[in-house]
Amino acid sequence: MPFKRYVEIGRVALVNYGKDYGKLVVIVDVVDQNRALVDAPDMVRSQMNFKRLTLTDIKIDINRVPKKKTLIDAMEKADVKNKWESSSWGRKLIVQKRRASLNDFDRFKLMLAKIKRAGIVRQELAKLKKETAA
Amino acid sequence: MVSKRKTPVKTRNPDLIRGVGKYSRSKMYHKRGLWAIKAKNGGVFPHHDPKPKAPAAAEKAPKFYPADDVKKPLLNKRKPKPTKLRASITPGTVLILLAGRFMGKRVVFLKQLPSGLLLVTGPFKINGVPLRRVNQSYVIATSTKVDISGVNTEKFDDKYFAKEVGKKKKKGEGEFFEAEKEDKKKLPEDKKEDQKAVDGSLIKSIEVVPDLKAYLAARFSLKSGMKPHELVF
Repeated sequence: MPFKRYVEIGRVALVNYGKDYGKLVVIVDVVDQNRALVDAPDMVRSQMNFKRLTLTDIKIDINRVPKKKTLIDAMEKADVKNKWESSSWGRKLIVQKRRASLNDFDRFKLMLAKIKRAGIVRQELAKLKKETAA
Repeated sequence: MVSKRKTPVKTRNPDLIRGVGKYSRSKMYHKRGLWAIKAKNGGVFPHHDPKPKAPAAAEKAPKFYPADDVKKPLLNKRKPKPTKLRASITPGTVLILLAGRFMGKRVVFLKQLPSGLLLVTGPFKINGVPLRRVNQSYVIATSTKVDISGVNTEKFDDKYFAKEVGKKKKKGEGEFFEAEKEDKKKLPEDKKEDQKAVDGSLIKSIEVVPDLKAYLAARFSLKSGMKPHELVF
């Protein structure tokens, strides 16, 4: 099984450890075997160990170490934000965040909604069962 | 006593440094106008005789001298303040009770009493919790708020919740068993009226929000997978 996501300049990665946990960053240069220079529109360009990064499918078109403005323009052009938020990985993270921020009252309303949905599903199932039995 | 001025006098002798004034004694004599007071009084400083005091009553020798000298305890003028209320608890907050008869019930916070305890109500019709005092430590504050503007909590304080003092019963042998069978104390009617008055407007503002009534009627419990330190209340 060959690799599909490569470490290259312009590869978008997710930070999975440290102060910038959960941020999407762009690999802007490779320092050595273990570290990359990494940049994002809302952070200072810094080096990060590859172990802190998880590569994504998204790649943008930039030269080595672009200026901040160039980077931001390239990210806009490639529409990284929307691509990420519509990908199944991105959507899962959004749902996780929403679930973690639920209020006690929200959790109660969620429980009521789940019960309601299960009731509707069960009704439909019963209907279908009756039809096939008949 | 010496007559006091309405505002204390500012010294007319500013400090050059601490302990050294700018003006000498003779200069200060002139600045304070002591010469003018003397002149008004004919060259002598005015002298007022002390007012005749009522003769002090003759003290009798005490009947009893204690054997050992006992030290008087130091004077304590501390006035205790009510406990500091957590910032998350404001009037109208829904609280979760953590201990006692109503463990797990979600309840509406009304106000903090002077003793520091929190005054709380179910409302009674919704979950059976009456007007009650609760300690802040045994409570989780949720971020859900109820509109409490229609409720008047002026008349409730700690004295309202004091226990009724019953008359003492003599423990005669025959009477012992009969005394136990006395019926439970009934709740006085005016307390029921108070409860209804408080809950009336509360229930109206609760019914405005969908599902809030059912929320307050349900108890809170930790289910499998819920981590209290990660939950947002």
